[in-house]
Amino acid sequence: MASRSALGRLLDSDVFHSFRGNPVVVVSAAITAIFVLAAVFAPFVTPYNPYDLAGLDLNDAFTPPAWTAEGSARFLLGTDDQGRDVLSTIVFGARVSLLVGFCAVLFAMTVGITLGLVSGYVGGAVESVIMRVADVQLTFPAILIALLIDGLARTALPRDLHSEIALYVVIFAIGIANWPQFARTVRGSTLVEKNKEYVQAARVIGLHPGLIMMRHVLPNVLGPVLVIATLSLGFAILAEATLSFLGVGVPPTRPSLGTLIRVGNDFLFSGEWWMTIFPGAALIILVLAVNLLGDWLRDALNPKLR
Amino acid sequence: MIAFVIRRLLQSVLVMLTVAFISFALFRYVGDPVLIMLGQDFTQAQYDTLVSELGLDQPFYLQFAKFIVAALQGEFGISYRLARPVAQLIMERLPATLELSLVAAILALCIGVPMGVYTGLHRESWLSRFFLTISLIGVSLPTFLIGILLILIFAVQFGVLPSFGRGDVVKFGTWSSGFLTTSGLKALVLPAVTLSLFQLTLIMRLVRSEMLEVLRTDYIKFARARGLTNRAVHFGHALKNTLVPVITITGLQIGGIIAFAIVTETVFQWPGMGLLFIQSVNNADVPVMAAYLLLVGFFFVAINLVVDLLYYVVDPRLRVDRGAASGH
Repeated sequence: MASRSALGRLLDSDVFHSFRGNPVVVVSAAITAIFVLAAVFAPFVTPYNPYDLAGLDLNDAFTPPAWTAEGSARFLLGTDDQGRDVLSTIVFGARVSLLVGFCAVLFAMTVGITLGLVSGYVGGAVESVIMRVADVQLTFPAILIALLIDGLARTALPRDLHSEIALYVVIFAIGIANWPQFARTVRGSTLVEKNKEYVQAARVIGLHPGLIMMRHVLPNVLGPVLVIATLSLGFAILAEATLSFLGVGVPPTRPSLGTLIRVGNDFLFSGEWWMTIFPGAALIILVLAVNLLGDWLRDALNPKLR
Repeated sequence: MIAFVIRRLLQSVLVMLTVAFISFALFRYVGDPVLIMLGQDFTQAQYDTLVSELGLDQPFYLQFAKFIVAALQGEFGISYRLARPVAQLIMERLPATLELSLVAAILALCIGVPMGVYTGLHRESWLSRFFLTISLIGVSLPTFLIGILLILIFAVQFGVLPSFGRGDVVKFGTWSSGFLTTSGLKALVLPAVTLSLFQLTLIMRLVRSEMLEVLRTDYIKFARARGLTNRAVHFGHALKNTLVPVITITGLQIGGIIAFAIVTETVFQWPGMGLLFIQSVNNADVPVMAAYLLLVGFFFVAINLVVDLLYYVVDPRLRVDRGAASGH
């Protein structure tokens, strides 16, 4: 149980060996780690705080990237219409994107795992209802569901309240759009685990079903959940960016990568391409890295492919 | 068979009723329609009269029933933002979205299936690897960024294709078509490519994995052992058997196209239903939102029903399986 032996086991596992042998995956993991670290420590790693009004100078607005003729060495990737350093806004934007992505996946996971466990373990009418709802929801594209929930919240809530909780609404919308995948997978694994001897033994000694689900079944169904969580993270980041691009996502006071692209898009025709292209590139690289990680994890944890 | 069809129909009706209920709740309880219709100055008596005229004092289930009857007759009320009947607004925008979706779907199928077959048959060739890499990037690229990049290259840089709108359209009664004019066709290129790209990669990956699966089966080995040509094995036996899941997924993807049309239409300011919906969301135009919700819900339920029934017709094994495993 000591953490050192756990680490030792990890370093010696098949998964880790497959990780080391695959340069694409190592690079993806490194990129993801860099993004996460930069996002967490954003105020310390960016050259400027783009949302500190005192530090902004409108005279700096629309400075092109440093390597172009009119560029300034002070702003590596140029500045936006308010004179904000684009590199700094990207790091702060990635912070919001990752925050929403992680929270949405966590939310979807919690809902999905709970409902999946319950429906797999309890069965009967509970299972039918939960799985029917999941089936029906899966026939609608997740992005459409997120868009609808977000749009409904926007219309139903008073304006002040909404702009205050907009971030949570987006997290909720993307999370809800994503739970059926988790629920289905967990239910499938639970159905298999339920009939194994250790679960029956736990039942025979009279443990509470909730305890059996949490302590005995749950740890054994988490493998596939990890894969889906990684792949969902890529989806969640994209969904958030799409919602923000459509103008219904996170509030403009806390711009994510999608918001930056939306704002930059207005200046595309006047030639200020760097305001769109750099946040866009950051978004693509981040999502691609996460998706590659997820793809690899799926293959690495799938015994059929070994 | 009949029992299956009936069960499936009932389920569709139930889903449709749920969607209708959400739509109704939105229409009725989000914002006060009476306040919006009366404007600034009114007395309590005027308010009460309008409430009873609109039937808003009736019990909830009666209102819901009336809402459904009205919806079935194509009555969705008046748009708050544009002060015109919602049904009329949607009918104006429908052709634009349908034409765009149709072209995108055809593009995705006609390019995606051959690419999938090729990558399935020639697993190790560099072209397959290239296709697969592209497809991974295609999955990771958000639709709106593809659109922006295409605009940047073809509209801003080279100026060969228009970046927004539908170009000139030809009217056939209530239907407006962009297929018959040069500017209409030109305007269609970028949005259609943008919209099809995601579905294209999806179809390609699906066909590839299905091909790989089928090529491992015994009847393929047997066909090869009989000395059939590669061509006969690949297309006569393998491809044919991959088509069932491909048809299903493609059918379901039509729904995905409708969803992503919202994004594409926003990027290209394409005057379709998706753009109308986003504008309504941003302006709290509840009647349009409610109608859009109902319409899209209907599209999805109908597509799913048709696909399910087709699946049942195409694959004879299911008829046995479903009967035996109906308890699931």
